[in-house]
Amino acid sequence: MNSLKVKDHVEVYLVVLLLLIIVVFSTQIPGVFWSASNFQSIGSQLPVLGVLAFAMAVTMLTGGINLSIIATTNCCALVMAWVATHFAPSAGSALLMLLAGIGMALVIGLLNGILIAVIRVSPILATLGTMTLLKGITILISKGTAISNFPAYVLWLNSNNWFGIPVPLYLFALVAIVMWIVLERSPLGRRIYLIGSNQRAAHYSGINTPRTLMATYIISSLLCLVAALMMMSKLNSAKAGYGESFLLTSILAAVLGGVNPDGGFGKIVGMVLALILLQMLESGLNIMGISSYITMALWGGLLLAFLFLKGGRLPYFGR
Amino acid sequence: MVNKTELYRHEGLLILTILILGVVFSLKSDDFLTFGNLYDLVNNYAMLMILACGLFIVLISGGIDISFPPMTIIAQYVMVTALLKYGGNFLVAFLIAGGVGTALGLINAVLVNRLKVPSIIVTISTLNIFYGLLLYFSKGVWLYKYPDWFENGLTIFTFTASDGNDYGLNLPIMTLLAVLIVTGLLMKRSSIGRKIYAMGGNREAASRLGFGIFKLQLFVYGFMGLLSGIAGVVQSYTVMTVAPDSLLGYELTVLAAVVLGGTSIIGGRGTLLGTMLGVILLAMLQNGLNLMGISSYWQMVITGLVIVVSISSTAWSQRSKSEILS
Repeated sequence: MNSLKVKDHVEVYLVVLLLLIIVVFSTQIPGVFWSASNFQSIGSQLPVLGVLAFAMAVTMLTGGINLSIIATTNCCALVMAWVATHFAPSAGSALLMLLAGIGMALVIGLLNGILIAVIRVSPILATLGTMTLLKGITILISKGTAISNFPAYVLWLNSNNWFGIPVPLYLFALVAIVMWIVLERSPLGRRIYLIGSNQRAAHYSGINTPRTLMATYIISSLLCLVAALMMMSKLNSAKAGYGESFLLTSILAAVLGGVNPDGGFGKIVGMVLALILLQMLESGLNIMGISSYITMALWGGLLLAFLFLKGGRLPYFGR
Repeated sequence: MVNKTELYRHEGLLILTILILGVVFSLKSDDFLTFGNLYDLVNNYAMLMILACGLFIVLISGGIDISFPPMTIIAQYVMVTALLKYGGNFLVAFLIAGGVGTALGLINAVLVNRLKVPSIIVTISTLNIFYGLLLYFSKGVWLYKYPDWFENGLTIFTFTASDGNDYGLNLPIMTLLAVLIVTGLLMKRSSIGRKIYAMGGNREAASRLGFGIFKLQLFVYGFMGLLSGIAGVVQSYTVMTVAPDSLLGYELTVLAAVVLGGTSIIGGRGTLLGTMLGVILLAMLQNGLNLMGISSYWQMVITGLVIVVSISSTAWSQRSKSEILS
C-alpha cells in the first residue's frame, strides 16, 4: 500500500480545469460571467449539493456508499417542517425543530450503521433498502403532499446576505472546515481513512471497525440534516421526493473531487474545488442559455475525462 | 466451493415467501388468483424481468450497471423513429433496438475496462451522458405514433377464456421466455457463463487462468445493452408511448429485484432462478397489495421493509461462516 506516498495530483488537475473554464467563460461571455448574478447563482446552488456530496464522500472514504442521503434529507426536512408549522415561532420551537431533526438523523444513521457494521450487509444494498424504506415512510406520513409556509426563523438562512455573500455559503464553509478537521486532523478521521484503505489491516491494528463505521454513517446522516435545513429554507417547503437528482450528482462530485470510491483516499480541498467547478460550469452554461440537459451530459463527460486523465495514478485494488 | 444445498437455501426461502404471500392475497382478494390477473402481471413485469436478467449477469461478473434506463429509451426512440420512416416488422424492430442497446453497452464495457474505477462510477457518468443527450435531442417530446402492424401486435395460440377475454402467447411473453432461456443456457451450460462466474468470484485468478477479461466485459455489458434494447421493444408494445424521462430512477428498482433474488453484489454468486423469484416477489407484492386496496403509500414502506429484512437475513446467515473480522 505504498500508494499513500504517491503524490496525488487531483487538486492540480482541478485547479487547471477551473482556470481553463474561467478563461473560456471570461473570453466568451465576459459581461455575464463576471456579473453578480452569476456568482449569486453559484452561491445559491453550491451549498446544498456540497453538503450532500460530503455526506456521500464520508461513506465512500470507508469504501462504502450511502444511497439513502436524499431520502434521509427529505425525512429530516419533513420532521422539522412538521415541528416548524405546528408550534408558534419562538426560540424554543426553533430549538425543538433542530432537536427533532437531529433525532431523526441519528436514528437513520444508526439504522444504516447497524445494517452495515453489525449485520454486515454491503453498504450499497443496505442503503438501497433504507432508501426505499425511508422514501415509503416519508410518503406515507406526508400523504405525498408538501408541508410549506415556514416561520421566519427557517427562511432566515436563505434570505440573508453578509457582506454580499449568501448565508448558506457561510454554512457550507463551516461544514467544510468541520469536515476537514474531523477527517484530516482527528483520530476518527484517521480511522475512517484506514478502514477505507484496508479494513482487515485496520481491524488487526486494533481499530474498532464496527464503531467507526457506525460513526461514519451517523456523520453522513447529520450532514443530510444540514442539507435538509438549507433545502427547507430555500424552497419554503418540504416534501418526499425533493432533490432526487442530487443522489447521483453527489457521487459524481465526490469522485471528481478525488474521493476514491474504493475507499481510503480523498481530501476536502479537492471536493470543494470540484464543487466550484461543477457549479461554475452549470451556472455559466445556464446563463448562456444552453440546455440543462447538455450540462447533465457535460458533467458525466467531465468525470469520465477526469478519470481518464488520472488513469494510471488511481490505486488499483483488483477491480 | 459452495455446496448445492447452501446455494439453493435462499431460493427455498423466497419460494416459501412467495407461496405464503400468494395464499394471503388469494384469500383476501378474489381477483388475485384469476388467470386474467396473472396474465396481466406477466405482461406488466416482462420489462423488469428482462432487465433483471441483464443486470444479474453484470452483477455475477463483479460489476454493476445503472445506465440501462436511458439505453432502453434511446433504443425505443431510434426504433420508433426508424420504423415510422422506413417501415419494417418485429424482427427489424428487435434488430434496431437491440443493436442500439448493444452499442451503448459496449461503450460502457470499454470505459469500465480502461478507467479502472468501480463500474458504478463509470455507469453513473454514462447514465448522465445518455440521459442528458437523450433529453436534449428528443427535447423531452413523447412519441405516441406507432406503425399499425406494431399496434396490432403479434399473438399466437389465441383463445378466449371463460371470462370472455382473449389470451395468448403475445410478444412480451414470448420475448420474456426467449430471454430467460437464453440467459439460463448462457450462465448454466456455456463456457462463457462459467468464465463470468469465475471472473466475479476472483478476477485475478480468472485473469491468470487466461480468461480474456476485456472480452468477458464486452460480452457482459454488451448483453446488458442488448437486453435493454429488447426490453425497450417490449415496453413500447405494452404502453405504446416513448416517454424520455419515464424510467428515471428505475435502475434502483431493477437492482433491488436482483439483490432480493440473492445475487451477490460483490460478484460470483447468484442464480437465475433466484433473480426470477426476486422479480416475482416484488411484482406480486405490488399487485397483491393493490388488489387488497392498500394505499400506494403503504406499498413502498412494505417493499422497503421486505428488501431490508431479506438482505439482512442473507447477510446475517453468511456472516458467521466467512468472517475473521468483527
